[in-house]
Amino acid sequence: MTKKVEVSAEPVGDYSTHQWEITSQRSLFDLKLKDTWEYRDLLWLLVRRDFVSFYKQTILGPLWFFIQPLFTTIIYTFVFGMAGIGTDSLPRPLFYMAGITAWNYFADCITKTSTVFKDNSNIFGKVYFPRLIMPLSIVISNLVRFGVQLLLFLAMMLFYYVQGAKVEPNSYIVLFPVVVLLMAMLGLGLGMIVSALTTKYRDLAFLVTFGVQLVMYASAVIIPLSSTPTKYKWLIQANPMAVLIETFRYGFLGKGTFSWDAFLYASAFTLITLSSGTIIFNKVEKNFVDTI
Amino acid sequence: MSIAIKAENISKAYQLGEIGTGTLSRDIERWISKVRGKGDPFLKIGEINDRTQKGNSDIVWSLKDINFEIERGDAVGIIGRNGAGKSTLLKILSRVTSPTKGLIKGNGRVASLLEVGTGFHPELTGRDNIYLNGAILGMRKYEISKKFDEIIDFAGVERYINTPVKRYSSGMYVRLAFAVAAHLESEILIVDEVLAVGDAEFQSKCLGKMGEVSKGEGRTVLFVSHNMGAVSQLCKKGILLNSGKILDSGKVNKVLEAYNNINKSASLVYENYKVGNCGIMYVKIQNEDKTSIFTFDNEIKIYLKVNSDQANFSYHIGIAIYDQWNRKLFTTVSKVKNEKVGAKDFLAVIPKNLLLSGKYSIDVSTFMPNGGVYDYKKNVSDFEIADYTSPMAIYGNADVGAINVPCQWLEI
Repeated sequence: MTKKVEVSAEPVGDYSTHQWEITSQRSLFDLKLKDTWEYRDLLWLLVRRDFVSFYKQTILGPLWFFIQPLFTTIIYTFVFGMAGIGTDSLPRPLFYMAGITAWNYFADCITKTSTVFKDNSNIFGKVYFPRLIMPLSIVISNLVRFGVQLLLFLAMMLFYYVQGAKVEPNSYIVLFPVVVLLMAMLGLGLGMIVSALTTKYRDLAFLVTFGVQLVMYASAVIIPLSSTPTKYKWLIQANPMAVLIETFRYGFLGKGTFSWDAFLYASAFTLITLSSGTIIFNKVEKNFVDTI
Repeated sequence: MSIAIKAENISKAYQLGEIGTGTLSRDIERWISKVRGKGDPFLKIGEINDRTQKGNSDIVWSLKDINFEIERGDAVGIIGRNGAGKSTLLKILSRVTSPTKGLIKGNGRVASLLEVGTGFHPELTGRDNIYLNGAILGMRKYEISKKFDEIIDFAGVERYINTPVKRYSSGMYVRLAFAVAAHLESEILIVDEVLAVGDAEFQSKCLGKMGEVSKGEGRTVLFVSHNMGAVSQLCKKGILLNSGKILDSGKVNKVLEAYNNINKSASLVYENYKVGNCGIMYVKIQNEDKTSIFTFDNEIKIYLKVNSDQANFSYHIGIAIYDQWNRKLFTTVSKVKNEKVGAKDFLAVIPKNLLLSGKYSIDVSTFMPNGGVYDYKKNVSDFEIADYTSPMAIYGNADVGAINVPCQWLEI
């Protein structure tokens, strides 16, 4: 039985405190970051939704987070082991696991963000909230997944350390949070640029899925910078993800290539990408409902 | 009274047809003309949006130069035919899309309800979905927690609150979704036709809640519906849209009447003058505006003309009324004593406050009680009742029967 509901007759909020305007023209740099902050609770609820719904009705549950990187590592170890590609004298599985863990996070961020308008068009078409919340929630949801996979990587590191392999974390490990942040920002920025363009031209969505796969081979996931032919080194170093993955490996495993110049370049590249991504995303966001 | 929403020259253009092929070349063309300082070449050739007529361009103005002011605390009904621009206006007001031209200024937090259960995730429990949906609609987490018990009570799904909503019946789903929206703390509430779902009991509960919101709590409500009964019950003012323009606005009854007028077609008149004895020559059902749409509180006047070849001749004339599902509702008969030869005029009046909203048709016949039938015209004319005032009006399109019977209800 439903009970009689007492309706609260609280005084209504002050009209004058929430003044708003809707216009056809909006400044390119009006990013509505204040609005986004107001909706921070929604951000956390969306992250929770993604995490909970991921393992609902599965037997292995969160274990699925481990299975993909583990199997990829095994396959790479066989395939590229046979090809004899260098690994900076690190144990082969550990080397690949480091690259895959970091790369997966970036790849997930960019592919999921790039379809954000298409995937959420039914919600976006019915209710307004700062659209930036959606890509942000994707990046944070993936962070949870990345965290779980990082545990796997750390366990593997410990295993090889006990076995007596030369695994020597150094002081550059303190850059790790910055590396993760930069990967998130880069994935978010690129993903938002693509998502904005795909509202009209769906073609780009196809490009992203296989483009991300291709770029992986130029991101020092499989071939370390030290083993890259000198002729092509500049090309790999121009890829900020290669720099970030090298930094990640250098800090945790003590092997790899690190230079402050490259790192600063990658940071600058990321910041520019993220700002332009946010601006483009905001420009498209206000009218995309009509074209999607 | 202060203004809650003020709209100035709101226009919205849409592109018809496929978007995709040709978009790139069109975008380039647009960009070139922009660089050269000219206006958008695709917006100039726009025309009035009438979906029944073939247009010359594939840009269409869904809204054109809309101006209005809504005072705070008002409940305003937005009505119009399909494609009149109602939903576009609501989408612009709730910031889902932006206008092509124009400016809207507002005071107060806006909560819009264009659909119930936006963002509900089937795998999550009722509890989780209340929080998620509330947050999507703009509530903070603590606000939802404060109202949580109230929401569950209103929806009446307490027992299922920890069950994933994919196990809910569609009715429970809608109840829960509306309950969340109904408890939003906003100064301005925008509601699209979400009440079309759910059973009659829940519909009237929702209407009651919305009435409370506007009358009791002094909030501003914008309500779009095809349920004219609900509009007239809930709203004090109305805005009538037609082909993207405001046709009328003001007191809700005046606007509802104007809405009826655009729907009206001239009434059908049956005429046949080559008839034999007691032949039906003429049937017309018409109100003062020369149309066949009546409101619930109108008398329905049926004009008849019957031929007679013999003087001092008696017969009966009868009319049978059918509803839109062709159920015979009742028959009315009159005994006629014809004194002279020639056409004779009749007026039959169906009393007001009897027939509920719907379409009706009539049969007319002339006959002798236990003899032959002189003339029988099946489905000879029809009329329509629009009902905003009867006790059944709020149930909209639900089948509540055709006849209003003022029964007595006692609490004993």
